[in-house]
Amino acid sequence: MLWLQVLVNGLAVGGLYACIAVGFSLVWGVLNIINILHGSLIVLGGYLAFFAHQYWGINPFLFAPLAGAVMFAGGVALQYCVINHVMARPFLITLLLTFGLNLFLDNSMLALFSADYRKVLLNPAPGVFDLGSIVVPADRIYATLVGLVLISALALLLRFTQFGRAIIAVRMDRDAAALLGVNVRWTYAVAFGLGVFMAGSAGALLSAIFPISPVASAGYLSKAFVICVIGGLGSIPGAVIGGFALGVIESFGALLLGPEHALTLAFVLLIALLAVRPSGLLGRQGFA
Amino acid sequence: MTALLELKGVTKRFRGLEALSDINLSLKSGEIVGLIGPNGAGKTTLVNVITGVHTADAGSITFNGAPIAHMRRDRIARLGVARTFQVVQPFPAMTVLENVTAAALFGGGAASIAEARDAAAHHLAFCGLTDQAGKPAANLTLAGRKRLELAKSLALRPKLLMLDEVNAGLNPAEVDAALELITRIAAQGATILLIEHLMKVVTRTARRLVVLHHGKLIADGPVASVLSDETVVEAYLGRRYAERMAGAGI
Amino acid sequence: MMLRIALPLALPFAIVAVAFVLLSQTDAYIIRLATTFGMYAALALAWNIIGGIAGYPSFATAAFFGLGAYVTAVAQNLGAPLLVGVGLAGAGAALFAGLLGSAILHLRGKYFAIASLVIAEVLRELTNSWTSVTGGGMGINLPLAKTTLLTQPQLYLAAMLFLAAAATSASMLIDRSRLGVALRCIAQNEDAAQIIGVDTRMAKTWAFVISSLFIGLVGGVYASWVTYIDPTDVYDGAMSVKPILMALLGGVGSVFGPVLGAFAYLLLEELLWRNLLEFHAGILGLLVVLLVLFLPGGLSQIRGVGLVSLPKIWRRAP
Repeated sequence: MLWLQVLVNGLAVGGLYACIAVGFSLVWGVLNIINILHGSLIVLGGYLAFFAHQYWGINPFLFAPLAGAVMFAGGVALQYCVINHVMARPFLITLLLTFGLNLFLDNSMLALFSADYRKVLLNPAPGVFDLGSIVVPADRIYATLVGLVLISALALLLRFTQFGRAIIAVRMDRDAAALLGVNVRWTYAVAFGLGVFMAGSAGALLSAIFPISPVASAGYLSKAFVICVIGGLGSIPGAVIGGFALGVIESFGALLLGPEHALTLAFVLLIALLAVRPSGLLGRQGFA
Repeated sequence: MTALLELKGVTKRFRGLEALSDINLSLKSGEIVGLIGPNGAGKTTLVNVITGVHTADAGSITFNGAPIAHMRRDRIARLGVARTFQVVQPFPAMTVLENVTAAALFGGGAASIAEARDAAAHHLAFCGLTDQAGKPAANLTLAGRKRLELAKSLALRPKLLMLDEVNAGLNPAEVDAALELITRIAAQGATILLIEHLMKVVTRTARRLVVLHHGKLIADGPVASVLSDETVVEAYLGRRYAERMAGAGI
Repeated sequence: MMLRIALPLALPFAIVAVAFVLLSQTDAYIIRLATTFGMYAALALAWNIIGGIAGYPSFATAAFFGLGAYVTAVAQNLGAPLLVGVGLAGAGAALFAGLLGSAILHLRGKYFAIASLVIAEVLRELTNSWTSVTGGGMGINLPLAKTTLLTQPQLYLAAMLFLAAAATSASMLIDRSRLGVALRCIAQNEDAAQIIGVDTRMAKTWAFVISSLFIGLVGGVYASWVTYIDPTDVYDGAMSVKPILMALLGGVGSVFGPVLGAFAYLLLEELLWRNLLEFHAGILGLLVVLLVLFLPGGLSQIRGVGLVSLPKIWRRAP
């Protein structure tokens, strides 16, 4: 029964983890950028949800898309005005740029909100679903469900809207897409914005589960890395599978080695996986 | 006379598709052999398997008595297997001389950089590139880059030299110059495998012809007899090819 | 021939010896600054061996730096003298790089960058949780080194400058050696390098090991200098990025570029730090952004951009 409980614990956060990684994966896949800023964006989404709950009493699980929408605008602007200037440069340059932006955002949040850990305390507390021999924490289930809904919405957007098709076209072949009349600059900006949307939403979702602090941003970025490498970079199904896989791995890692080693285990796994199979378990697939 | 290169039952699959199936091929020292076949026949794959870019799924490859089927490519190169690429592969930011020096230093077994540079200068002269020695490789014309590929290959002091479409994209005068160069290389004693589309090149330089089609070796013998083989000409090179060859008076 | 080997060996050390004599009697601030410069220059030069000359963008500097710092700290707490402790730091980092290299050096581009980025995180977590040896998150104190001839600040000034000189010599020697030629071939076209017979695996591993050796040594000296380290300090991700910035500032792939870059970076850092203590990381971030956006030179090439372009040392025309 213990094993089943541990498995369920892992699966319960799977959708949330997928949500953490899918934006990172989208930006990697379409813009070919490693977005170091991603972890800080998640934390920022968490703060938005925290203050929305504190001042207006909005439930963070419902607030998630709104947090994403607010940040989407900022993401589009950031990409269009700053990141776009280095899109043609070697990836070391784009990586350094997002690293610099990350330092700036992290330090700004540190100055504004301090390093104290905060958490949305829901009233009444969500409690647990009691399934007899095992219990499932309700907050994680809510987060995972909302996360999966948002991911599905993103997948539908990419597949069935003209804009989504443009993003996929740019991912497949940038020059051909440009010849077909796709505005590549604008497409990049919106794709980045969508990545930021998912980061912000993920942050809001986890604000009621995990403590929020600027110093936590590197941890979320690391999770996004691991998830993407497990599932294969640049695909939505990959991020979902990787999210659930990381949830389960962490859960069992915490059981077997102690909770403080859960992430280390995931990292060691990541290096091993990179060494053996760099394209991830699902390999490279088209986005959508 | 023992074979320099011996392939036995070499098979290579890509995602279930057989790019090479059961290839048996033996090259003797000092031979010039033409390898022909339509696009997608597996010619470049064969070269890639011999040079260790791909690993054969089955079969054995022996070079100069040593099994090389599972050897790393740099070791194969140091044994004396050189190749040129269909798409040229220079070190773009290095000069022409530096490109060839690097080849002489690692594949050619030069004892020092100075010695490698001397050898490189010699190979550049041989390939008619002395004037261009100081230019960055990226600034060469296509014909120049193909010559650079040849010079780099020669700097490896190869026992076996595989020339993959060295003449593709060159104009007739450049092809003639390249052919003359190949003939001079052959005169130095290296075994040459000439992968070609242009019949003129193959028939002028090679005595023996090997034909690949759909990954299978379908003919192997003296040029005249392979070319007069109706099935080879019609079924595997296509009717238009046959007519062109007839028109060229072959 | 002798001169070609002897000169790169002797010259950096001679310059550093003169600098030490001139600087050692100045006030504490200047000595601290010069020590930091030696550290930065050594780190930038070390990163440049794998990241610049070989073109493998390593983000593992913090990992080897932290590892070196902790190896020294633990060794000195067990009674090892300073020199032995620092030596072990270098050896430990080099050995770890050799093992790690066989796992991640076959990865190219972004995948290598990610794998190298993660190493520091793993080591930090391990250091954090291995409390009995490392002191965990509380950090660890180092004993004061026994010195007779020099004061403490003078000792570490000498040590860091010495490492900078050694890293310069190593870079110059690599640049003129077979290894240097192999690494440049790898940086420009790894497939073509293999085809001309370069043992790319061996060359990359050597570059990674030599680079990490210096980073480990610097980490060891740093730990002894500051006498207290903790995991967040020595495995700081910024430590991986600063040497890259310095190399970019000065010229990636060149021998002296990283030294100039380290100097330029230190000046910028000093100007900003003193005025903006609270927000210095944010300013460093802005600085990175501005540098990346407005770095002079070719837009698609990073090699040879910066203050010093590609050296032409082994490029002697016939």
